Amino acid sequence: MKLIKLLATTTAVAVLLAAPAYAQTRIALVVKSLGNGFFDAANKGAQEAAAELGGIEVIYTGPTAATAEAQIEVVNSLIAQQVDAIAISANDPDALVPALQKAMERGIKVVSFDSGVAPEGRQIHLNPSDNALIGETIIKLAADYLPEGGQVAILSAASTATNQNAWIEAAKAALPEKFANIELVATVYGDDDSVKSTDEAKGLIAAYPDLKAIIAPTTVGVVAAAQVVTDQGLIGKINVTGLALPSEFKQFIDNGASQAVALWNPIDLGYSAVYLANDLIKGEEAAPGKTFSIGRVGEVTLDDTNAAAMAVPFQFDKTNIEEFSKIY
Amino acid sequence: MTEIHATGRSLPNRLDKPLKSAVLSWESLLVLVAVGIFILNSFASPYFLNAWSLSDLTFNFTEKALIALAMALLIISGEIDLSVAAIIALASTMMGLALQYGADTPTLVAVGVGVGILCGAFNGFLVTGLKLPSIVVTIGTMSLFRGIAFIVLGDQSFKGYPASFSWFGQGYVYWVISFELVLFLVCAVIYWVLLHRTNFGRRVFAIGNNDVAAQFSGVRVDRIKFILFCLTGLMSGIAAVLLTARLGSTRPSIAEGFELEAITMVVLGGVSILGGAGSIIGVVLAALIVGLVTFGLGLLNVPGIVMTIFTGSLLIVVIALPILFRMWRNRA
Repeated sequence: MKLIKLLATTTAVAVLLAAPAYAQTRIALVVKSLGNGFFDAANKGAQEAAAELGGIEVIYTGPTAATAEAQIEVVNSLIAQQVDAIAISANDPDALVPALQKAMERGIKVVSFDSGVAPEGRQIHLNPSDNALIGETIIKLAADYLPEGGQVAILSAASTATNQNAWIEAAKAALPEKFANIELVATVYGDDDSVKSTDEAKGLIAAYPDLKAIIAPTTVGVVAAAQVVTDQGLIGKINVTGLALPSEFKQFIDNGASQAVALWNPIDLGYSAVYLANDLIKGEEAAPGKTFSIGRVGEVTLDDTNAAAMAVPFQFDKTNIEEFSKIY
Repeated sequence: MTEIHATGRSLPNRLDKPLKSAVLSWESLLVLVAVGIFILNSFASPYFLNAWSLSDLTFNFTEKALIALAMALLIISGEIDLSVAAIIALASTMMGLALQYGADTPTLVAVGVGVGILCGAFNGFLVTGLKLPSIVVTIGTMSLFRGIAFIVLGDQSFKGYPASFSWFGQGYVYWVISFELVLFLVCAVIYWVLLHRTNFGRRVFAIGNNDVAAQFSGVRVDRIKFILFCLTGLMSGIAAVLLTARLGSTRPSIAEGFELEAITMVVLGGVSILGGAGSIIGVVLAALIVGLVTFGLGLLNVPGIVMTIFTGSLLIVVIALPILFRMWRNRA
């Protein structure tokens, strides 16, 4: 027993020395699972926001396995630590609700980001972007490099994919007023399958000899299209763009098959989540229509379900692809 | 000349003297470890010694520990059930389905527990009726049960369970004492009596030590094994009710990985993985230790992977210690 007590005392002293003062505001950033580059980047942004705001300690945590049950254990331990706020990217929109409601009952502010929680389980949800912004961005990515206009085509995921269909609708809506000289000649579906996407891209190139750009709002399709353009020696003639993971897509920015692509920026997500959590801790109430300032990212307005869209997708080109390809 | 006692020699019940065996037993070592971790936790985190913290802590292990109680008996008898987490998924899915047809709380509980027993009986039939090895059978039914849940639900979820149902997973009997904890303690007592104080329990040990010898001694080996599989199914069904009520929703991926955590508790509790030895007190203590360790490290925001490494090391030590001890003893 003596040994155990000695061990306990030394550990306690060590922990107390290592732990920061408890007086400051503590915001927990709970992610789907640890060891994921996307969330490590979100943590980077969260730490940046904490440094800007001052007096905030960000606790970056999450389970090893990306399950709701494991995440609830993490939330329970955060409730016990009486943190001031929890910003969570949830593994399940419903299963986390009771645990997060318990957190709110005990005075902890709850913000979900990236992957949301049902409205009754959080005060604010932060979407990385929204359908209208994404739809406009994917056309703009092509139009920016086509000053004289021209033909473009869309290579999507499955024809039933809810997200992609909403973005394509938004893109079509933005075309006549904002991008009058861009002509959308076709929309084809690669089903998020490399082989099918490659075949569909080849088909587009064969069918439309004047095609100037292929827009693929899916990370699988965009890589397949860029590979086809590279293989067929069409670099400089057809620009491939869309939504892409920087780490997967870096080679096609480097070789010129693509001028620029876009995707959500996890750094900004973590940064904004901490700003929102901090506002709630300061006593701001979340209500539909209310506007929150999120530092250098700008501001967001809550919709009917207290959800907000952060910003237009973040653009990657020759100037920053190197940096972001190391992150996610 | 040797003296002849008129009364004859008294035969001891145990091989070791009671006090010595009690001190050296696995259970007392577990008590020591549990107390040690408890003290460490209370020094390491200012938030640990709080009634609500300790209450929250119990939710981390009660459902898995309920399964571990029945699993202990099954492993003592020389069998294993790897499908318990999948039984939870199927039972939870069926409860969700019943909810869609307007089932009330008692019906939901009956469906969950009933599906659990049926799944256990199915495992038991395959093992005892068709004479298949339990590890193979339950690896198969693990995919089968969860597969059905996935077919029914796909990427959807069932939600909207009534508040009276949620009470099973979120409710408190008195102050911070949750229903889950009370149910676990009651079940622990029942299983303790069953294993250590009944003929049934003695037969389970006999089967685990030598099932052929047990068979020739008149023990109905297959019937007892079948009952043990049903019991494991029953406990998985109960765990499904609690977990579904706690999450307030059902997804086919529910309870993923629970089977290994339940087996960890059983082995850490001193139940021989080869069968034939073990105690319920050990399993209860092991469940408590697992809960204390994960919650304690969670309070210090130690990343989950460190906890996994810790539990893994603990398990290896637990299995290696008795073997090392025996080697050391034989040398001396």
